[in-house]
Order: sequence, then structure tokens, then C-alpha cells
Amino acid sequence: MVLSKGFVIVAVLARCRFSPGNPRSRMELTSPTDLAKEKVQTVQDYVLFCLQAVANLFRKPLYLVDMVRQADAIGVGSLPIVVLTGFFTGAVLALQASNTLEHFGSVTLVGQLVSTSMVRELGPVLTSLMVAGRNSSGMASELGSMVVTEQIDAMRALGTDPMKKLVTPRVVATVFMLFFLAIISDLVGLVGGLAIAKLLLRLDARQYWFNAWETLVFQDVFMGLVKPVIFGFIIATVGCFYGMNARGGTQGVGRATTQAMVAASVLILAMDLFVTRFLMATLS
Amino acid sequence: MSSTILPLDSCIPPATEDSAPVIVFEDVALAFDDNEVLRGVSFHLPRGETKAVFGVAGSGKSLILKLALGLIRPDSGRIVVLGQDVTQMKEEELFELRGKIGMVFQESALFDSMTVRENVAYRLTEEHGIYDENIDRRVREALRFVELEHTLDLDPSELSGGMRRRVAIARAIITQPELLLYDSPTGGLDPVTSNTIIELIMKQRDVYRTSALLVTHRLQDAFTMATHQFDKVTNRMVPLPPGSQCEVPLSFLILRDGKVIFDGDLEQLAHTQDEYIKEYIS
Repeated sequence: MVLSKGFVIVAVLARCRFSPGNPRSRMELTSPTDLAKEKVQTVQDYVLFCLQAVANLFRKPLYLVDMVRQADAIGVGSLPIVVLTGFFTGAVLALQASNTLEHFGSVTLVGQLVSTSMVRELGPVLTSLMVAGRNSSGMASELGSMVVTEQIDAMRALGTDPMKKLVTPRVVATVFMLFFLAIISDLVGLVGGLAIAKLLLRLDARQYWFNAWETLVFQDVFMGLVKPVIFGFIIATVGCFYGMNARGGTQGVGRATTQAMVAASVLILAMDLFVTRFLMATLS
Repeated sequence: MSSTILPLDSCIPPATEDSAPVIVFEDVALAFDDNEVLRGVSFHLPRGETKAVFGVAGSGKSLILKLALGLIRPDSGRIVVLGQDVTQMKEEELFELRGKIGMVFQESALFDSMTVRENVAYRLTEEHGIYDENIDRRVREALRFVELEHTLDLDPSELSGGMRRRVAIARAIITQPELLLYDSPTGGLDPVTSNTIIELIMKQRDVYRTSALLVTHRLQDAFTMATHQFDKVTNRMVPLPPGSQCEVPLSFLILRDGKVIFDGDLEQLAHTQDEYIKEYIS
């Protein structure tokens, strides 16, 4: 009860508008009910936005050229950060795992641990977070700039549906490319783990690969491949949603960019928990 | 305006006998939260006429254009454009209607990720799917119309403000639309460039007889349009003989506090008894 009251006060204070430079500025308070309504409205708008983006896949025109361009910008453009993230994550995972496994005299199992962790969890999640940081914010700023400079209105005036032309290609390209980026990240992570196993732990490379391969089961691989598809959808839709709803000039675009990245990252982590639980329950 | 070529003749739509107004606003109201911007706006735009819309900043001039194009919907009232009630149409249906309308936005709104060529060709490449020789010819014609053929492969960021407006006009007229909507096309431009833009609008009015709504806050632009006509032979605007101003298809619409306070031609405007309008045009 105390907590909920505290939340209400914080929520109301967070909505106060006060300009310290203006002595006549006033504190505008928003009631918790209005705030809650606003949030629910945003969620509703986002859901409708996602449905429209998906429905456009079944309506002509499809803008295949735009999809390929976006796939290049999102997928190929994100490759360096995904490779670097995957490699160092795999390497540090091997290092940490070896420290613990040493107590049980099972350092040779490091390959199994790196493999399972990368494929099931870290590969998809870290790749998605990296791509969210790069592309979700990029989409929000690009589309937001188009909104505030009336380019979106111009597009509609010229007879083009911006949802079809701008949003759906980005969603398709992100989902498609994140799937492969996650696979690359998994592989590079295993190579990072191998580098540590070989150079620092003096383990046999063949044994490392054998353990890493043998430990993987269908459930692991399936989970590792389903997640990037869901996360890719979140990254693109959140980025485009904030971009298309940007208001208030360049300041609004900056705000939309930040919000898109934060919302996409939090949604990925939250969704990861539910998807993992759901898949574990379903596949077992 | 030194060129004597009058392009785009090849794509002029056949003249229609339809005498119905191109735009009809009936008691249109629009508010944002508690701010009532338009309060019962009614007017009509006859075919072939240009209507200059005036009003102080924030009076809802630009909104009238966006409402006519169906980009935003009114809270109440009825808007009929080219015989279709845009207030009742779905977004998908509006795309087809917008194909018959050209719009020049206040800040040009050129796509900054595309070249001038791609911007001007946008509507045609969207329709045909591919940039072919025919489209290239029409793009060059449209750019020749605004005397910017040499900017084909430049990016919008490489153009001056006046050049961007002219490219926006070329993009709007490339399909020879039945209706043109100009949102402050001379706003923020120097007098010489403004004159060039007004000459282009006049050319479109007098040569191609395109109906248009011209939102502006520059009275001198509208008066130039009322006192001049475009001469097809010399390819430049020339002053009208005294007493023949009323023959020009140009009317004036003045907004105040979200309402229409004047809708008429130059003569009616000159003889108005309304103190606010007298002060506004003085």
C-alpha cells in the first residue's frame, strides 16, 4: 500500500513541468488516472502499429528493394559490433567458467558451458541489445526527422503509405538479419571461448569443439533461433513506433531516439524471460 | 524566366467540362485539445481558379491544405475534394485521390536521402515501379519548367532555399495534377526568388489552368498574381491592362480566429468596409 502510494507520488512528480529560468512558470500536475490512461493508450497504439506493419506484408506493393537496402544497413552494418561482442563474450565466459570448474577438476567442460550459454542465451540477447543500440535508435531518429520536416506528410501526399514504404521493410529486414547475426554471434563466441581454452587453459581444441557440439540439443538450438526473431521484431517496431510518433522538433527527435533504445532494450530483456520460460515448458 | 520552352504539354490532362467546385469546405471545425483552430470554416474553390488564403500566424491556413489533402481529419464538417468526400474516406482510398493533387510544403519537404532526380520522379517511379526513359524525360521537363534541369543529380542539402521550393514545385506538377496546394511557397525567401516562385505559380494557373489553393502571408505575392498574367509567347509574366484585373481567376480568403471573414475577388477586397481587413491589407 505504501509502495503504491509512493509510486503514485513519483509518477505525478515525474509529470510536473517546471521551468527554473521563468519566475512565472507553474507546476502542471497530471493525475495518476490520466497518466495511466496515457500509458495504456501508448501500448494500444503500439499493438495496432505492430499489427499494421505485419498486415502490410500481405498487401501490395511490397518494396523488396527497400527491404534489401535495410537488410544491408541493419545486417551488414551491424556485423562488426556483433562479431566483437560475440568474441569477447565467449572469451570471458570461458575464463569465468574455468575459474569455477577448476574447483571440481572439470576444466575440460568449459566448451560445454560456453556453448550452452552462448547458443541459448547470450548470443541472441547480447546481439539483440547491440543491434537495438545501433538500429532502434537509428530508426527512431531517421523516421523522427522525417516526421518533423514533413517528409512523412509529403510521402502520404504523394500517394505512398509510409507504413508500407518505411516501417514494414525495416521490420522484415531486422527480423531476417538478426536471425543470422545471432548465429554468427554464437559461432564467434565459441571461437572466443576456444581462444581462451587453447591459449590460457592449454586445452585441446578438438576436445573443446567436441564438448561444445555434443552438449547442444534441439531445445538449445531452437531456443537460440526463436529469440532473435522475436527480438528483431521488437527492435524494429519499437524504433519505428517512436520515430513515427516523434513530436516537437529536434528535441522531440532526440527524445524519441533515447526512448526507443531504452524501451527496446528493456523489452528484449523482459521478453527474454517469458520466452525462455515458455520454451522450456513447451519443449521439455 | 528566359527560356521560351513550355514543357509538360505532352502530359496535360484533357480539359473537362465539369463545372463543379474542386474544393468545398462546409462548416469545418478542428481543435487541438482546448485550442479551437478552425471554427465553422466554409468556402469553395471553382475549377481553374486560384484562391489565396491569408491570416495571421496560427490562424489555421496550413491546416486547411492538410485537411483538403486528407492528411488530418476535421472534428466536424464536410470536405469535398474533386467530387469526393475526404472526411468519409479511408487512408487507402485517399492515396488514389492524392494522385490527382500536388502539394508544395512550407519547407519543401524534399526527401533528403534522395537526389533531386529521385525526388521529382518519386510519384512516377512509385506508380511504374522502375525509372525508365519516359520518366526521365518527364523529370527533365518538370525541372526545365522550374529552370533547374542542371540540378538533377544534386542532393537537396546542396540546394538553396529557393531552389528547394522550385524542386518541390517540379515534384508537385510532374503528373499535371488537377489541383495544386501551395503552403507558403515564398516564405523566408528573398524578393527576387519569391518573384520567380510566384511566376511559376502564375504560369501553372494561366497556361495549364490548374486550380490551386495558395496559402501565404505575403500580400504582395497575391497582388502580383492579381495584377499580372503569364504570357505564353514571351514565357514571362506581364502586367494586366488597367481595368482587366477581375478577369484573372484569382480570389482571396481571409481567416481570423478560426473563421472566414472574407471570401471574394480583388474588387470586393478593395471595397471592403471591414476595419480589420482594411488594416490587414494596408
